[in-house]
Amino acid sequence: MNETEFSLLNILIAVIGGAIRVGTPFLFVSLGECLTERSGRINLGLEGTLMMGAMTGYGASYLSGSPWLGVMAAGMTGVILGGVHALLCQQQKVNDIAVGIALMLLGTGLAFFLGKPLIQPTAAHLPALHLGSWSDSPVIQAALDINVLFVMGALLAPAMAWFFRYSRWGLYVRTVGESADAARAMGLNVNRVRMYSTMAGGFLAGVGGSFLSLYYPGGWSEGLSSGQGLMAVALVIFARWNPVYCLYASLLFGAAATLGPTLQSIGMTWGYYLFHAAPYVLTLIIMITTSSSTRLLSGMPGQLSNVK
Amino acid sequence: MKKNEVDNKRRTLLKGALAVGMATALGGLLPSKAWAKKKVGMGFIYVGPRDDYGYNQSHYEGKSSLAKLDWVKAVDQENVPETIEVQKAMESMINLDGIQIVFPTSFGYFDPHILKIAPKYPDVMFLHCGGLWDAKKHPKNVGSYFGYIDEAVYVAGIVAGHMSKTGKLGFIAAMPIPQVLRNINNFTLAARSVNPKITTTVVFTGGWSLPVKEAEAANSLIDQGIDVLTCHVDSPKVVIETAEKRGIYSCGYHTNQAVLAPKGFLTGAQWNWSKVYQDYAEMISKGTKIPNLVRGGFKEGLVTSSPYGKVVSAKAKEQADKMRASFMNGSMVVYKGPIKDNTGRVVIAAGKEYKQTDIWLEGMDWLAEGVIGSTKG
Repeated sequence: MNETEFSLLNILIAVIGGAIRVGTPFLFVSLGECLTERSGRINLGLEGTLMMGAMTGYGASYLSGSPWLGVMAAGMTGVILGGVHALLCQQQKVNDIAVGIALMLLGTGLAFFLGKPLIQPTAAHLPALHLGSWSDSPVIQAALDINVLFVMGALLAPAMAWFFRYSRWGLYVRTVGESADAARAMGLNVNRVRMYSTMAGGFLAGVGGSFLSLYYPGGWSEGLSSGQGLMAVALVIFARWNPVYCLYASLLFGAAATLGPTLQSIGMTWGYYLFHAAPYVLTLIIMITTSSSTRLLSGMPGQLSNVK
Repeated sequence: MKKNEVDNKRRTLLKGALAVGMATALGGLLPSKAWAKKKVGMGFIYVGPRDDYGYNQSHYEGKSSLAKLDWVKAVDQENVPETIEVQKAMESMINLDGIQIVFPTSFGYFDPHILKIAPKYPDVMFLHCGGLWDAKKHPKNVGSYFGYIDEAVYVAGIVAGHMSKTGKLGFIAAMPIPQVLRNINNFTLAARSVNPKITTTVVFTGGWSLPVKEAEAANSLIDQGIDVLTCHVDSPKVVIETAEKRGIYSCGYHTNQAVLAPKGFLTGAQWNWSKVYQDYAEMISKGTKIPNLVRGGFKEGLVTSSPYGKVVSAKAKEQADKMRASFMNGSMVVYKGPIKDNTGRVVIAAGKEYKQTDIWLEGMDWLAEGVIGSTKG
């Protein structure tokens, strides 16, 4: 009996560790998308940004030997892609959803094309913080090997919430997102605020991509992203455009994704297809339960519904 | 006015480019027709990238080995999905490159794609890697080739059985189809022939290339105390690297992954397509009829074991070498009764045996005793 209790604890710790590992890219992409959407624009291209970030991050780390340079390179790629999105969207009669889908396809295609020579080589990976060194159990040690990027993301979430609520720039972003006309009346340049928000959002998504290639699972391959960039968009809605909720939601999605492998590895052999589908089922449930034909979602930026 | 001029210029430029393109295309086409008598044209199609440390790379290595035969013209195309794309790829190889023999290497290329294109080109041979060809149903210019890689997996299982201290092995598999189940069973039966207490825990990821899920499966298996990990997915890179990072042993699959895990790599099961492809090239150049079915294991040279890692004990090496020798001389039969499945049902009665070539084994839908896992999700 003691043994089962111990293994239950192990599962719990393993799932938490897995949630952090798998959830980190969700966290960065969703924070980026949250920022962009709060300025009143949807960037569906973040899946492409994620892949480009993963590819350039890996390439830069391989060439320079420094994973941190890789992270920066991934972020800058995201800035460029975000800039392209913003530039296109501020033209007359351009639909931001269509631009986003185009950039998603462009980003993944370009990453596949340019990433060809990067499949084989092994680049320097990001280091982990060994927070579990107090424990004798290798399981706990492994679960608490937490990447620095996750820590940064976890700190960024409340920082971003503070930014929206209390800072002058945060107010600009929110105003532009709620009512472009009001922002214009205030003398704000709506397009510029949205451009900066999209570029910063792209930066975060690019960094999320570098986590995939430079830490977990590590390495560059064409199957690296299984739609994390797209699921993060749903996750932002689930999190009600609140950065702190984005953190919780990312961990929840991460945990859902680890459920399938974890349950099988402890010998629970039924229903693995069902558990593998858990993150997608979760996405669907969220979309269904949060939609309403009579009212807008609470917390939704007002300009988001105005698709040109 | 000015804009028109620019447009006109652009048009001339485009025309020029087109003419040059046509000329090169024709130039490429004419001599290739003339060579066709002397040169053997072979075309390879892969579903993924050429250098994935896995299945596609194993075929690419086979194709590359043809480079030393100067009378062979080998072309290839990677990342071709199992859709109408593969039909286009085949037709372009046949019509533009003058290919006489096509090797669409992915499982899903066969039906309906090869079956649709083959009747249109009766002079071209279509050889599919996998083993779905049926003399009664399918065209004569179609065939299949495949290796009994489970023999090499069995040898890896022997080494794993010797090296495991916890008695728990891990197997990360894409889906519960017969080829995969056969590898899982061989690995487990071999390890249990060394130590009957050994178990293998299987995680099915649900797809051939899902790096995040593979890494997660590897981590959770290692958390549960397994100390030798192997896999059957398209690219074992992530699995082998994760095992190395966590300090446990690993056995490779498809190609040699020793460089990915210098400390913990034991051995692995590898394809040896070079042999197969060179044999086919010989047959065409000599004009011998190409057999519709080619099968083989160690003995025929279609599969090999990766070189042993540094950590492998002398005893394990000795036993594994012995096992390989008995596969070579044909005395080893893996599926010899009594064998129970992991629900306790006797699947092969005492005294009964299924040889490697037995078609019954190609419909495997059970997991052997000692495997923790289920074929039904």
